[in-house]
Amino acid sequence: MAELHEQTLIELAAGLERGDFTSVEVTEALLARVEVHDQTLNAFVTVTGEQALAAARAADEARAAGNAGILNGLPLVHKDIFCTRDVLTTCGSRMLENFVSPYDATIVERLAAAGAVVLGKTNMDEFAMGSSNETSYFGPVKNPWHLECSPGGSSGGSAAAVAARMAPAATGTDTGGSIRQPAALTGTVGLKPTYGRVSRYGMIAFASSLDQAGVITRSSADAALLLGVMAGFDERDSTCIDHPVPDYTAALSQSLDGLRVGVVKQHFDEGLDEQTGAAVREALSVLEANGATLLEVDLPNIDLSVPTYYVVAPAECSSNLSRFDGVRFGHRAEDPEDLFDLYCRSRGEGFGAEVKRRIMTGTYALSAGYYDAYYLKAQQVRQLIADDFRQAFEKVDVIAGPTAPTPAFRLGDKTDDPITMYLNDIYTIGANLAGLPGISTPCGFVGGLPVGLHLVGPHWGEELLLRCAHNYEQLSTWHKACPGDFQ
Amino acid sequence: MSAWEVVIGLEIHTQLATKSKIFSGASTAYGAEPNTQACLVDLGYPGVLPVLNEEVVRMAAMFGLAVNATVAPRSVFARKNYFYPDLPKGYQISQYELPIVEHGELFITDADGNEKRIGITRAHLEEDAGKSTHEGLGQFSGIDLNRAGTPLLEIVSEPDLRSAQEAVAYMRKIHSIVRYLGISDGNMQEGSFRCDANVSVRPRGQEEFGTRTELKNLNSFRFVEKAINFEIERQIDVIEDGFDVVQETRLYDANKDETRSMRSKEEANDYRYFPDPDLLPVAIDAAYIEAVQQTLPELPDAKRRRFVDEYGIRADDADILTTSRSLADYYEDVAAATAAEAQGAANFIVGDLMGALNKAGLGIEDSPVSAAALAGLLDRIRDNTISGKIAKEVFEAMWAGEGSADEIIEAKGLKQITDASAIEAIVDKVIEANPGQVAEYRAGKDKLIGYFVGQVMKETGGKANPGQVNQILKQKLG
Repeated sequence: MAELHEQTLIELAAGLERGDFTSVEVTEALLARVEVHDQTLNAFVTVTGEQALAAARAADEARAAGNAGILNGLPLVHKDIFCTRDVLTTCGSRMLENFVSPYDATIVERLAAAGAVVLGKTNMDEFAMGSSNETSYFGPVKNPWHLECSPGGSSGGSAAAVAARMAPAATGTDTGGSIRQPAALTGTVGLKPTYGRVSRYGMIAFASSLDQAGVITRSSADAALLLGVMAGFDERDSTCIDHPVPDYTAALSQSLDGLRVGVVKQHFDEGLDEQTGAAVREALSVLEANGATLLEVDLPNIDLSVPTYYVVAPAECSSNLSRFDGVRFGHRAEDPEDLFDLYCRSRGEGFGAEVKRRIMTGTYALSAGYYDAYYLKAQQVRQLIADDFRQAFEKVDVIAGPTAPTPAFRLGDKTDDPITMYLNDIYTIGANLAGLPGISTPCGFVGGLPVGLHLVGPHWGEELLLRCAHNYEQLSTWHKACPGDFQ
Repeated sequence: MSAWEVVIGLEIHTQLATKSKIFSGASTAYGAEPNTQACLVDLGYPGVLPVLNEEVVRMAAMFGLAVNATVAPRSVFARKNYFYPDLPKGYQISQYELPIVEHGELFITDADGNEKRIGITRAHLEEDAGKSTHEGLGQFSGIDLNRAGTPLLEIVSEPDLRSAQEAVAYMRKIHSIVRYLGISDGNMQEGSFRCDANVSVRPRGQEEFGTRTELKNLNSFRFVEKAINFEIERQIDVIEDGFDVVQETRLYDANKDETRSMRSKEEANDYRYFPDPDLLPVAIDAAYIEAVQQTLPELPDAKRRRFVDEYGIRADDADILTTSRSLADYYEDVAAATAAEAQGAANFIVGDLMGALNKAGLGIEDSPVSAAALAGLLDRIRDNTISGKIAKEVFEAMWAGEGSADEIIEAKGLKQITDASAIEAIVDKVIEANPGQVAEYRAGKDKLIGYFVGQVMKETGGKANPGQVNQILKQKLG
């Protein structure tokens, strides 16, 4: 039997079912690993050991009583952007350093109801604004594959925890690539569902029209298992769509036969690291050799996705973050002289540089006289990009390419240059702008660092993505590789 | 005629009478302990999301149909961004470019008695903010978020109003419509119906508008009239003194009866409106509108016309009787239950009943005299059991809860004397007692008939039938 921390959710579920081990044993084993490794990695903001063990005991009892839920006793971690009752929810910010939510996010509720055991809350870029986890108030997360490298972001803590085998699965959020890019940079699987597939209720908003909750796992099969629990209508989120939830696990058993895979020419243009490109091309040829057809598709406006995103996302964030004013919750400045001083210092002290940069950018983009030139224009371009994808999906089932232009970069390398940092999401942002599902699965290594294959599907195309990625995983072993220091 | 023409547009904020808030399930009931009716959504907690209360859409559509407006097939909620402690999210959810109601109208009666059309530019849905209190808290300010998220319909008129009186007439009309529709209680003390006025003046005949000021905090019909009139005078004085009116927001101070500058255009916020990404556009189809149309009650104008046509009462009485649905219903209940003439019933309600209600500060719903009871009284006038004058005495007793008209007439012996021989005897007595007046009357001083009637009434304690008294007197004096 593989060590407990090596097992995927599905393997653990089978072992629990057989009685090979208990949830308490799994939980204890993983908490012990967190204890050992997280001092190095800084993937957790909060470890909820006691609650986890209590939940594990309850799960074991439920199983004994014949009441096991679909995730009964399975451990996972939540990105610290999801509100959790009675446990800190910091969003990686000093602003919420001491914030305890009085309620659970919908997905936290659903996963708990299915029997999941939460080991803790993971580190992230502040308010999910960043691609390297360096904007976190709680310090950067280290990449388990190379401790001087970034794990990507913003769900960097979730990705590092899963890559370092501190948890088999993690929740994440993806506004411009924040699940898929860290998954690629840590050799894990990252799934961002269709916008509206998973409830945003209780997920602290960055850019409401782009944010979507998803998962980071070590296999597409595990991602399918979790998505089945998380997805579905929630009357508390008006943008969550009442669309049937299929059996995602069932979709995995379909082969690649007849699958039309689109390849976007621009995705292999300059800007893409040569070896990363080679690894992705190699993965594409594996798909082709096993039944898929490769077709070139054109997304003529895709080059506009980064500038479009960096108008829309900051504009929405400038408004979404207004509620952090030091009045009702969160950081409050000491001894404010008056109301204006309370606002200025609470926000000035509570927010970090990147958050401030985006609030200012967004405020500017929405200002009288600039709204038409920036926000409105960006929304129009966004529509063009969505139309490009719609046309492409008339010809192909999924679009494949690199997840990120390079493997993990060194911590500190890009912090002085926001534009270079923003370009890290160049391949992932389009899916957010168009509301499409995307998945990243490991497809090789460059200089000892993992590289991801990115697949984007049409609306509600999660089954296609999971099927394609799962088939690829059956034909490769990249997703099974474990970073040397964390065997 | 003044050399200046006044131009006024009103923005009326009507609180919609829903049980729960516009974007949350918290109660909208008035008067609860501070912050007991604010849920996490109202408090703007991290991660929470708004969900539209469908009821407000129905109410807004009703209003749109009632003022002959277009109910938009697609309307969009937008965020109005500004910081204030009683605005928990740092933005107010409102409608901006695509409101739910546009291009409406209503009719008022102008100073010359003519019907005048007032355009309604738009009506949009939005959430109310909370309340800040500064009293009794020392150096602190208190925030009560019970009101945060209460649904409002903001009704914006065209600048078609030309005097404070017209503005009040328009506001009363809107007030009456929203109450008829049952979409607002219209309670002005509780702030359920309040108004801002945009006021400017221009030389009569000039095409372009003068610079306007916006008057805030007008929470009674009287204040609207006083504030606008003060502001008109102020603006004319400013211009006649050779200065320019400054575009600004001004606050009406009812205690001093004046308007004061709050903030100028330069200090105005840039609200950075943009469509709220947490809410979907509101889509309304023809079937929905048709279904709402079916639920519309008869509206004040139609009812007024019907009262004139059907009951034959005077237009001014019909106006008053149709100001509220409950008053109109009361009138119709009385008219249906009594054999008395419809105009007589109208007179009694507009005069005696409403006088008593106003004095007691009561609404028609709280009238101690029911429609059926009042009909009973009017019947006794009609069948000459009592005179109109005695009827007032009976009404007062009914108001005091002493019983029905018949019981009171019986108990107090107020039944009118209609026995001709009995009246004749009293008339004879009066003639005998007043020889001088009789002589004068016979010499041609006709007006003295009133004196004799008065004497007979005095003798009978007002109970003699006045018509009969007149007739017999004329006979005997003739």
